[in-house]
Amino acid sequence: MSNNVNIDVEYLTRVEGHGNIKVNAANGKIEQCEWQVIETPRFFESMVVDHSFKELHHITSRICGICSIGHTLASLRATEDALDIDISRQDELLRKLVLHAENMQSHVLHVGYLALPDLMGTGSVLPLASSHPEELKTVIRLHRLSNEMSELIGGRTTHPQRLIPGGFSKIPTEEELVDLREKLKNSTNDLTACADLLAETADGFPNFERETEFISLTSDDGYALYDGIIASTDTGTYPVEDYLGVTNEYVVEQSTAKFARNNRQSYMVGALARLNNNYDQLAPMAKGVAERFGLKPVNHNPFMNNVAQLVEVVHNVRDSIKIIDTLLDEGLEPQDDYYEPEIDVKPGRGVGAVEVPRGILFHDYTYDENGICTAGNCVIPTNQNHANIQKDMEKMVPNVINMKPEDEIKLDLEMLVRAYDPCISCSAHHLDVEFVDD
Amino acid sequence: MKPESVKPKVAFFDFAGCEGDQLQVANMEEKILDLIEVVDVVNFREIMTERSEDYDIAFVEGSIATDHDAERLQGIRENASWVVALGSCAAIGGINSIRNSQPYDLVQDRVYGDDADKIEAWDVAKPIDAIVDVDGYVYGCPINQDEFVHVVESLLQGKDPNIPTYPVCVECKMNENVCVFARNPEKNAANIKAAVDNGSPAESGPFCLGPVTRAGCDSQCVNEGTTCWGCRGLVPNPNENAHQEVLEKYGLSVDEVINKFNLYFGWQQEELKNEQ
Repeated sequence: MSNNVNIDVEYLTRVEGHGNIKVNAANGKIEQCEWQVIETPRFFESMVVDHSFKELHHITSRICGICSIGHTLASLRATEDALDIDISRQDELLRKLVLHAENMQSHVLHVGYLALPDLMGTGSVLPLASSHPEELKTVIRLHRLSNEMSELIGGRTTHPQRLIPGGFSKIPTEEELVDLREKLKNSTNDLTACADLLAETADGFPNFERETEFISLTSDDGYALYDGIIASTDTGTYPVEDYLGVTNEYVVEQSTAKFARNNRQSYMVGALARLNNNYDQLAPMAKGVAERFGLKPVNHNPFMNNVAQLVEVVHNVRDSIKIIDTLLDEGLEPQDDYYEPEIDVKPGRGVGAVEVPRGILFHDYTYDENGICTAGNCVIPTNQNHANIQKDMEKMVPNVINMKPEDEIKLDLEMLVRAYDPCISCSAHHLDVEFVDD
Repeated sequence: MKPESVKPKVAFFDFAGCEGDQLQVANMEEKILDLIEVVDVVNFREIMTERSEDYDIAFVEGSIATDHDAERLQGIRENASWVVALGSCAAIGGINSIRNSQPYDLVQDRVYGDDADKIEAWDVAKPIDAIVDVDGYVYGCPINQDEFVHVVESLLQGKDPNIPTYPVCVECKMNENVCVFARNPEKNAANIKAAVDNGSPAESGPFCLGPVTRAGCDSQCVNEGTTCWGCRGLVPNPNENAHQEVLEKYGLSVDEVINKFNLYFGWQQEELKNEQ
């Protein structure tokens, strides 16, 4: 049927950043099948040089608006590792809370606003305002709750302010935390409604599997997001400092972004990778949602990343309630207004690894004796997923090229890329190469 | 609700940036539903598949740093009746312009090493008004949602939006914050001055760009316990409009403040130099 196919998606929509899908086939023979990334370089690793350790998290937060909290935290952890700065248990719990908030915000945005329209047969979430008002309001309520939580802990939803080297410039009050806990507890019905909505429509995801490697943080202390060591479903664990030996970024001609590989030609990071590595540590309610969708480790269907994100939202809510319980039980240690921890500056290098919505993120800084940055490196989740997207396309296209009309193949491929929730403009290493004409 | 035909068509576009300003629009939650009552969103790649070349207002996020981006921006300018810069990267160059003062071969080498020859980007990142005429600005990193709505409303009503031309200090004092320069009494004015002179103000204790930065953020970052980072750009004519009282008290000049602690002003600094 689709012996001649010419798919040319320029600037894929409903993803963060700029990417193209190109597939050409003549008489059933595939001539081109590429995921191309076309982002303008921003040079963050140069921007940070000559700046003080007090400014770096502010600068690198701007790598990505959607995961600005995650970038801020990875940046602070790299700085704190380099300068041997300890943070209090209370600050660590508050940071875990704000990371849950961002993960939840980003996942709800992705599943509810960006992926759901494909399953509902619309081009965006906007028509759902009239066709599915109640469902949309549920999604909006959860999204707003996560943003309120980011604002309460971080001081702002995008590019947080309160997170600084050594702790927080300002912390919430116990009353605010009690109020937040109540709202989180009250969100159970909305979470169930979202799971219902996805369950009703999930058969719209293409049936596809490809065995691959999954990499994420892992920790004995719980479902790893804020800290842990590197874990691979293929090759076991590594200390965070060894991240370069795991990520192995390399240049490909078809893309302005670097690709990454560890044990195979590609690997996947993100919610599905975390779930595949750390399933047993999910909150019971989150596990219940995973079971409802038949999602158990190790799952090799990239479209299930959407489901894994929903599962994580439930985990984020449940674990946040637990963290707030702990904070309130132990009593919140007050701190001065405009608080700034005393820091003894020393030269050194530090690596910070944090799980952000799209996967494992590394920041790596070197400081001189004045706390001025002399070198920086950031390895971004989406860069680590590019090669896996490419390999998925290479397996998927031959399966469907003679089975489906061009429009359906195009939609399948768009949905595939969207399932990874790529944050393309995030990627710090981009190469602007000339593409070969079709 | 206005009939379909008279609703103005709105489009969003993004260049080199973090897309955090479009996220601020998406984060308006229910208020977006109000917005789409009065405008037709015809282009918003981050959230919708439909696209159209027929639009009245184009909101542009991000800086311009390649020929390809510049050509695309010119196309947008031709299609739109109004072009509005959304956020610091588009409005003033912003964070992207940190690298403008770094030697470009070094910038390339630091990020791409041996692959540096494969990069095609300008040696500086520019705000969009360096390429095309711009009709309105929504400042900030990220933008403020209320100001965004105000700018949209003003455009639709044919009015000039009311954007402050005074410094952040004015709002900060109304919020009764302790002045950042006075937070740490042992780091007195002389220390701050000495630290500015030897080029590492961050070492001296809190340092603030509030005296030279355009207000409109309600001094949000100082309220949250940190400091003004300058994200809304310089006040117009900083030598006249800067908050002299604070500068005099701590023995600082406008130039010193602008030049020694610089995250967002890279492009504006060059413009100032060219004017002088």
